[in-house]
Amino acid sequence: MKILTLVRQVPDAEARVKINAGSVDLEGTTLVIDGMDEYGVEEALRLREGGASVEEIVALAVGPKRVEDALRTALAMGVDRAIHIETDEKLDPIALSRIVAQVAQAEGAGLILVGGQEADWDSQALGAATAERLGWPQLTWTNELRVEGDSLTGRHDVDDGNESFRASLPAVVTTQQGLNEPRYPTLPNIMKAKRKELRKDSLEQYGVQPTVRVVNAEIQTRARLNKMIDGKDPQTAAEQLLDLLRNEAKVLA
Amino acid sequence: MILIVAEHAGGKLAKSTLEMVTAARESGREGPVTVLVLGQGTTEIANAAAAVADQVLVADLPSLATYNTELWAAATTQIAQEGEAHTVIIGGSRSGREYAPRVAVRLDAPYLEDAIHLASTGAALQAQRYTYLARVTETVEAEGPVVVVSVKPGAFAPAAPLAAAGEQYDVELDLPAPRVEVTGRSVEKTSRVALTEADVIVTGGRGVGNPENFSLYVEGLADRLGAGVGATRAVVDAGWRPYAEQVGQTGKTVQPKAYVALGVSGAVQHLSGMGKSRYIVAINKDAEAPIFKVADYGIVGDVNQIVPALIEAARK
Repeated sequence: MKILTLVRQVPDAEARVKINAGSVDLEGTTLVIDGMDEYGVEEALRLREGGASVEEIVALAVGPKRVEDALRTALAMGVDRAIHIETDEKLDPIALSRIVAQVAQAEGAGLILVGGQEADWDSQALGAATAERLGWPQLTWTNELRVEGDSLTGRHDVDDGNESFRASLPAVVTTQQGLNEPRYPTLPNIMKAKRKELRKDSLEQYGVQPTVRVVNAEIQTRARLNKMIDGKDPQTAAEQLLDLLRNEAKVLA
Repeated sequence: MILIVAEHAGGKLAKSTLEMVTAARESGREGPVTVLVLGQGTTEIANAAAAVADQVLVADLPSLATYNTELWAAATTQIAQEGEAHTVIIGGSRSGREYAPRVAVRLDAPYLEDAIHLASTGAALQAQRYTYLARVTETVEAEGPVVVVSVKPGAFAPAAPLAAAGEQYDVELDLPAPRVEVTGRSVEKTSRVALTEADVIVTGGRGVGNPENFSLYVEGLADRLGAGVGATRAVVDAGWRPYAEQVGQTGKTVQPKAYVALGVSGAVQHLSGMGKSRYIVAINKDAEAPIFKVADYGIVGDVNQIVPALIEAARK
């Protein structure tokens, strides 16, 4: 089985996001491999280490030149090779799924791992849309995964709790916290990663256009009251808080 | 027509469905607002939907007794095509955001995900949505013969009943065999109000101290206020609370009228799940905790002292 693991590059959670002329400007922002995607990379490696028959692990990223760094991180973690479709075009998940499906078919992938909700577009759509394009089953928000032959079993979160599941490969799995603890690339592996294949494709090869336009972006911080109540006397503080919630905010009866 | 897929649980129509009806009416898209009810034993759900919609389509089938991505995607696509829907609105729950992209791909339609506002501009449907861990509000637009939208829970006001109830029709569906077999199910039951439906949420973080304190103070205050109970990732990771209570990037996104954060530091991943609450209350020992920056009302103090006083005062 060949595993395709999707990687996005996103601002570090603590980084400040800037807006420039109505769109998000990542210039000078600390960018990292998306945390949820990282669980996917780690899981691919663990499936192989755990004895599943994994022929090759390929990391795929679509985005500007800098995205190479995220792919290098995946390579240093242990992925065998990487494909970078270099473009400055902003592709929405539905458009992007068209590319992923093409790559999966060309590579003969049997399992696709992707983050449940990436921290840039706050979207959960890529895994599901890719599964639909390929006609594959999907397991979202997975926090336990086993592969034996072409059988996939595990556990994932649903609206009101969680489910254990069984499905057959090929399949798309979206990953999340709790699935594993991603490893840090070691220095020797970072060095080794430099010699691994990182293929560059162009967007034109895939004939994909965005289906959604970004019209504007803004940072809307809600003005908060920031009223501090002195906590020295718990009784008085409690009464004061309840009074504000009842009579000023009017959110309590 | 505008096709809305009803969300429901425990035999009752979810508030999110009423919110989707408002989203449909505010979107500026024309045509009857139609609610599709998928499930089994749906009479009460369909009646509640009929009170707010122009018409209700009902598929009451044993195979739809529990949610399944592939069945929901197939059913929604079929009804959207047969009814020539130009707008398909799906709830922004975990399951909704799981099958909505599949519907978009099947209909070859663009997908506006997790919308908090909808408006028509010419042929395009414009949506606002949060991105970058909810730090940015983006306006996106798409056009096409049909557009698929998912709507963020809590972003729209629930629709009020219409003067006359909408007509109900049974529909026939051609459903595929599900390919994912569910071998076990664990429902995290709570007697309290669900997080995405709650007007008030009391959430505890590591600052609460231990699981016993969590029960005493977080649950104690929630019960006193008739509120839902939330937890931070750290608390869930530590095994104090079930995952179903987790609020944040990897848990639930909530937007209550009041969010009371007890011993919560306020990591950006947590803020992305609750930062849009109307009022935020923070109680924390650490005056430097980032939660205070987004709080409307803050008390620097020990949860173990302030909360018992709060529970006592709320009794009056």
